[in-house]
Amino acid sequence: MKHTVALLRLGRVSSPVNILNKCTRPVSYRLRRQNYSTHPTNAKLNLPTDYSTTPLLAHGAQQALSNPELPPEAKNGTAKRMNLFQAINDALSTALAEDENVLVFGEDVSFGGVFRCTMKLAENFGGARVFNTPLTEQGIMGFGIGLAAEGMRPVAEIQFADYVYPAFDQLVNEAAKYRYREGTTGRSVGGLTVRMPCGGVGHGALYHSQSPESLFTHIPGLRVIMPRSPLQAKGLLLAAIRSNDPCVFMEPKILYRAAVEQVPTNPYTLPLSKAEILKEGKDVTIISYGQPLYTCDAAIQRAEEDLGISIELIDLRTIYPWDKETIFKSVRKTGRCMVVHESMVNAGVGAEVAAAIQEDPDTFIRLEAPVSRIAGWSTFTPLLYERFNIPDVARIYDGVKKLLEY
Amino acid sequence: MRAGILSKSSLQRALRSTPHRSRSSGFQNTAIRFASSISQRPGASHVSFPGAVKSVFTSDLKFALPSDHPALPTYRVVDQDGNIVDSSFKPDLSNEEVVKLYKDMLTVSIMDPVMFDAQRQGRISFYMVSAGEEAISVGSASALNREDVVFCQYREQGIFAQRGFTLKDFTDQLFANKHDRGKGRNMPVHYGSKELNIHTISSPLATQIPHASGAAYALKMQRINDPSLPPRVVAVYFGEGAASEGDFHAALNIAATRSCPVIFICRNNGYSISTPTLEQYRGDGIASRGIGYGIDTVRVDGNDIWAVREVTKKAKEMALQDGGKPVLIEAMSYRVSHHSTSDDSFAYRARVEVEDWKRRDNPIARLRKYMEANGFWDESKEKDARESIRRAVLKAFSEAEREKKPPIRTMFEDVYEDLTPDLKAQMEQLRQHLEKYPDEYDVTEFEGGIDSLKAQKP
Repeated sequence: MKHTVALLRLGRVSSPVNILNKCTRPVSYRLRRQNYSTHPTNAKLNLPTDYSTTPLLAHGAQQALSNPELPPEAKNGTAKRMNLFQAINDALSTALAEDENVLVFGEDVSFGGVFRCTMKLAENFGGARVFNTPLTEQGIMGFGIGLAAEGMRPVAEIQFADYVYPAFDQLVNEAAKYRYREGTTGRSVGGLTVRMPCGGVGHGALYHSQSPESLFTHIPGLRVIMPRSPLQAKGLLLAAIRSNDPCVFMEPKILYRAAVEQVPTNPYTLPLSKAEILKEGKDVTIISYGQPLYTCDAAIQRAEEDLGISIELIDLRTIYPWDKETIFKSVRKTGRCMVVHESMVNAGVGAEVAAAIQEDPDTFIRLEAPVSRIAGWSTFTPLLYERFNIPDVARIYDGVKKLLEY
Repeated sequence: MRAGILSKSSLQRALRSTPHRSRSSGFQNTAIRFASSISQRPGASHVSFPGAVKSVFTSDLKFALPSDHPALPTYRVVDQDGNIVDSSFKPDLSNEEVVKLYKDMLTVSIMDPVMFDAQRQGRISFYMVSAGEEAISVGSASALNREDVVFCQYREQGIFAQRGFTLKDFTDQLFANKHDRGKGRNMPVHYGSKELNIHTISSPLATQIPHASGAAYALKMQRINDPSLPPRVVAVYFGEGAASEGDFHAALNIAATRSCPVIFICRNNGYSISTPTLEQYRGDGIASRGIGYGIDTVRVDGNDIWAVREVTKKAKEMALQDGGKPVLIEAMSYRVSHHSTSDDSFAYRARVEVEDWKRRDNPIARLRKYMEANGFWDESKEKDARESIRRAVLKAFSEAEREKKPPIRTMFEDVYEDLTPDLKAQMEQLRQHLEKYPDEYDVTEFEGGIDSLKAQKP
């Protein structure tokens, strides 16, 4: 019964406007989709994620408010149940209210956004501060850079991470290098934050599923951030908006509605470039970020049960510049390490993390098995085959076994 | 690029929850158009499709042909011989102010060959002259205030000169010495100045054009937030080649839809490196495009500093009207020089064509003729001015050349607001490497040598 509920959530994940279905799909498809993410009847590992019981979300207010990273104002305040898009909306609303230099814009943000992240913001803060732009990603990014270079704090939205490429020149050559090339003039575009929904949703195919984070991690000057939950999204997004470095903020869109937890109602930030240990363990370290953390958690539960081991789970949170020390410390303890991400394995975040681990002399000598990467295959995200492409519980579970058997 | 996103019903649902009009004043274009308010009335003579609400129906199948439209005229105040041809024109500058602008143009045109030769001798790594285009930059800059924000492409040295960038400022940047504002990170000619409100130049073409739209929106918002601020505009410069980039399209469109007080100034000099305009576009230059974006547009003789000044003055006034709007100026000129020190332009154009332009029309000669005709300039003043500027250029040149380079540490700083742990570690790795192989690197020209790489106490 529980699984059926979770399945419905997964199916409705995109938005009430249900953008993906509105795009191209005929009605017949939507009817057939009822069976779409059904798991095989005998499956023991690849069961749908149950977000209502996962320990990665704060299901009670007390749990949320006792988060040790929260400032006293947030701890002593109240908490409210929010899903990811509501938490993003809460962070944007807070940022707009506390700083008149904050502006929110992009394609279709004015009516609330195709994923509902900007609901009521135009009404509450005025069309001059929350507005639609023409449909041009390079224009959105260039416009945001100009705003930030003149002291504003623009929060630009790219409707899907899949469509950020027209803005790549502006991100790589302009946003990232602005402070550096300005030198002693002191100008920068540190006020810029770029939000973009990313990751698979089960039926996003080639252009509504991508996670291009590793392309950004090759760009010094940018901070690349991906939250896994509503509580994190609010704190990290506020930190990104207040940060004086340009930030790329990637939102796993499958979690917009699916991930629901108690979120402190007062403003707070969570630290950037700091990883979070979600679960301590002594035999294996698993490093991930964003949605796959839930898959990792399910795999860990089964592996610990079946194999009698304990696994440490770490959320990178900021993918670049990333928190090497926390990862090194963990791997020195466990001696075995796996990196999990949705995007392609080739030159992905896993490659950077694995290389850094083997390059660190103190960590390298503690390795008892090669660092493994469980990630998307080196292809695209094809419509029908997503379930075979994105790392699932079975692949992670099997990866843990292989690490132990080495 | 993507599939349609919203169905009609979901759009209507969304619109129902959206305010009709922005609450802020000064925003004419933020009203949301309701599908129901523009539906087709029976018997209407105008099309009422939402995408073009004032289009008259026609039963005459006729394509709009570019050839049906004559080329937009080119405004000029003073002809090639320095005579005033716009009878309504009244000079608004004192003779001294005109002489100052003339000297700004001369400064650039005298500095240019000196630096060009310095590059040929290997004393600086690169240079770009702006011969033939001095009036566009100096003339337009003279119509703006220093508080107005400027974004350049790279051939606008005249703006820097007019705003007060000194010969020392120019040469410090060209030699990338320790006084260079860009800390020795940028190629020569990539100037920038905070005091003069000119953003630092970057090499990628046209990227600065949407920056200007965003910056203009920032100025507009800042004045709404604090009405005691003076009204300001942004001016952005680019060549006709850069106007082929997607960023040009994005910038003009977004500036029009967001009503940004920005003046787009295109220097149409006939070439982008070797590519003549016939291979750059087939429309009526850049000006004809402005109208398509709903932008007020003018074409001006770029060799006529008075005309450039007049249109920029007027453009600034228009850009600040109605809560702000963009204006496009296309300034026509001819690139008399090579594209850069890395280019020999006689590989793709005839020497005689260039000589013709130099002899027939040139912005400096034209202003000189005007000044002489009005009796406040003569041969001896010309000779004195040229000699004193040349001496000053050479002096700044030799001083800048002697200065030390910035500390090596500078290479790691300003990537982020603070040095990251990685960058600190890499700085230390470089220090150890330089110490291990001292004969392989010359660090003496850098301020502080290897020591600048040592960790600094917080």
